Amino acid sequence: MKGLFKDYEVGDFFDEMFSAPGQVRPHYDLLYQRFQEMEVDEFERKCALAEKSYLNQGITFTVYSGDEGTERIFPFDLIPRIIPGKEWEHVERGLVQRLTALNMFLHDVYHDQRIVKEGLIPSEIVNSAKHFRPEFMGFDVPRNIYIHVCGTDLIRDRQGNYTVLEDNGRCPSGVSYVLENRQAMKRVFPKLFTKYAVRPVDRYAQDLLAALRYCAPGGNPDPTVVVLTPGIYNSAYFEHSFLARSMGIEIVTGNDLVVQNSRVYMKTTKGLKQVDVIYRRIDDDFLDPTVFRKDSVLGVPGLVEAYSKGYVALANSIGTGVADDKVTYYYVPKMIKFYLGEDPILPNVDTYLTSDDTERKYVLDNLEKLVVKAANESGGYGMLIGPHATKEQVEKFRAAIIADPRGYIAQPVINLSRSPSFCDGAIEGRHIDLRPYIISGEKTSIIPGGLTRVALRKGSLVVNSSQGGGSKDTWVLDGEEED
Amino acid sequence: MLSRVADSCYWLSRYIERAETSARILDVNMQLLLDLEDSSPEAIQRHWQPVLATLEDQELFTKTYDTITADAVMEFVTFDKKNPSSIVSCIGNARENARTVREQISSEMWEQLNRTYLYLRDGGGRHDFQDSPIDFYRRLVDILHGFQGTTDATMTHGEGWDFLQLGKYLERADSATRVLDIKYHILLPKGEQVGGHVDVTQWMAVLRSCSAMEAYFKINVGHVSGWQVAEFLVLHDEFPRSIRFCVDRVDGALHRISGCDRAHFSNEAERLSGMLKSNLGYTTIESVFQQGLHQFLDQTQARLNEISAAATKTYCYWMDESAQTQVQA
Repeated sequence: MKGLFKDYEVGDFFDEMFSAPGQVRPHYDLLYQRFQEMEVDEFERKCALAEKSYLNQGITFTVYSGDEGTERIFPFDLIPRIIPGKEWEHVERGLVQRLTALNMFLHDVYHDQRIVKEGLIPSEIVNSAKHFRPEFMGFDVPRNIYIHVCGTDLIRDRQGNYTVLEDNGRCPSGVSYVLENRQAMKRVFPKLFTKYAVRPVDRYAQDLLAALRYCAPGGNPDPTVVVLTPGIYNSAYFEHSFLARSMGIEIVTGNDLVVQNSRVYMKTTKGLKQVDVIYRRIDDDFLDPTVFRKDSVLGVPGLVEAYSKGYVALANSIGTGVADDKVTYYYVPKMIKFYLGEDPILPNVDTYLTSDDTERKYVLDNLEKLVVKAANESGGYGMLIGPHATKEQVEKFRAAIIADPRGYIAQPVINLSRSPSFCDGAIEGRHIDLRPYIISGEKTSIIPGGLTRVALRKGSLVVNSSQGGGSKDTWVLDGEEED
Repeated sequence: MLSRVADSCYWLSRYIERAETSARILDVNMQLLLDLEDSSPEAIQRHWQPVLATLEDQELFTKTYDTITADAVMEFVTFDKKNPSSIVSCIGNARENARTVREQISSEMWEQLNRTYLYLRDGGGRHDFQDSPIDFYRRLVDILHGFQGTTDATMTHGEGWDFLQLGKYLERADSATRVLDIKYHILLPKGEQVGGHVDVTQWMAVLRSCSAMEAYFKINVGHVSGWQVAEFLVLHDEFPRSIRFCVDRVDGALHRISGCDRAHFSNEAERLSGMLKSNLGYTTIESVFQQGLHQFLDQTQARLNEISAAATKTYCYWMDESAQTQVQA
């Protein structure tokens, strides 16, 4: 090989671009040719260009240390991840199936708990889930939709099979990067887009707004929809504001809202204006200090009452966290079978429940080989990667699991697929995952692809931005361009 | 429009205008310094002290710096983050406000403001300043004018825009009172007379800091006096930085926001702005000087503050007091 890829090592992993050393997968061929024409310094200039455009647009998150925050951009890798159309169709079907089942599960959990009564899921698993909200037993959410926006993390195993790592059914973030990454790529590599038929992603905001309007109380055909943000100091504020702008709706903080007579209003220069649907980017715990956390200054006193009486809709609904609990995750394939009578299209990663005596014994005996995750953490926190951990870390998790078996799950280490990524002046393989964003409204829709996150640290398997991760543009090709 | 959004638009605009005023004043004072015949430390102090007085920053300055020097004052007014009204702080505050109303303002406005902020923080601003402070301040004023143009050309001229105008013209009127008042704080060197060449140079500096020199000379051909400069900057009805012009725009913005007829008022802010507008429309420079220019300017500043407070009360009375942390500098 020559050019940018001349020293590229495929390694003992599933590589997205190369089927073997020097063997480019057909759907990457045009990209390969284009990149081979390039020298490292040209590529670096393009990287700098993209970075500068993110900075100028203020697409940043703030890291606080000392008396002032520093703004960072979410690292962006210019080598896109490409998914052939047919491969995507399979993923898409699997995701729609999964979210359909999760929404049915949530309805069931908050009503008859048929799935518990029929013995598929032990009742203590549901009732002990940290984000289960028994206050909402028997409550009907508008249009029976619980999770309006779901971010399901997918990985590819050694053979390249798409596998579900976890579901994020509360406030999944990152979709703004999908849209901004695409803009950046179009600016940096305009010609590649003329060669590839890349399916567009721009309809996300319209799809989201349609789903939000669909769940307006009383079927109001012209509802007032707002985005509720914790404020500019939240690391995802850029995204909140981006989505509000893209949908053409107001972005509000808790202080902008007030509840009177169980109706939610926003405070405007012309008086109070009623709000019908709130796309909230605040966790359940902080929504309403009179119901959940008393110390929350982000929420709106009385909001939960307004919601319970059906005068305002929340997306996602309250209590969806019971579905993305990592122990619940274990049961999702069973749910799909139970509610839909279908086999799961996308499998789970093999998972051991430490609440089960036999499985716990196995986990404790093999901690050095496994990945352990806290059931209710996200963002790459509360996680042990056995093979990379120190003796102390392993022992800390051993003690934690014994103290709270329900609080953890374990999985074998999966060497996520790798994608060529530009790091420190050369292209090397880095592990990636994929977070598609599934919207459920009148119908369930997914913008093609999603956010490809990449673990930029050499050898790292953790793709979260808080742990040194970056992202890539994800190209789903139009069906015609099959390999 | 959300009250918070209106408030942020208003302050965003005030901060931008305030940064521009500081840049203008520093530019002009730098130029005057070059004409200064006496370069003793005392003379330098006398030269820069009025800048601090105009910007009402004296107290904070003396806490941080030992003596008044050109470098210290420029650093303090331009880059010092501890000074809440330094140019860097103003642009930073404008940007924070802009960030909370990005769905109201255009992307072009946001990006221009964000670039300005990055330029001042580490993107070359300091370097340009060291090369030539005068060029740096001019460039900054240019950039901020660019922001006004972008605002005009890319944002819907609706309620949000009206709040931006309200903030801009209130701040600009306030700045005009301060720039004019600078003369009150400058003492003529011993032996110099009113109307003498130092006096004329100083009045010309006042005009320059309002970009008013050319416009002024079209009316007062070849003649500069305190009386005429004051008349021009207080009472001219078409010059965009005169107090009268700005107050007229303030009154217009307030009436567009409420939808009330310009001849009437529907809230306290409109009543106060209408009164100030008609006072300025029906006064003469003779009566201003009879009262005393300094007193008149002081009183005008107070009336502008009252309008600002009344507008906040009318449109943002929902807001928690804790949220109203932005104050008149």
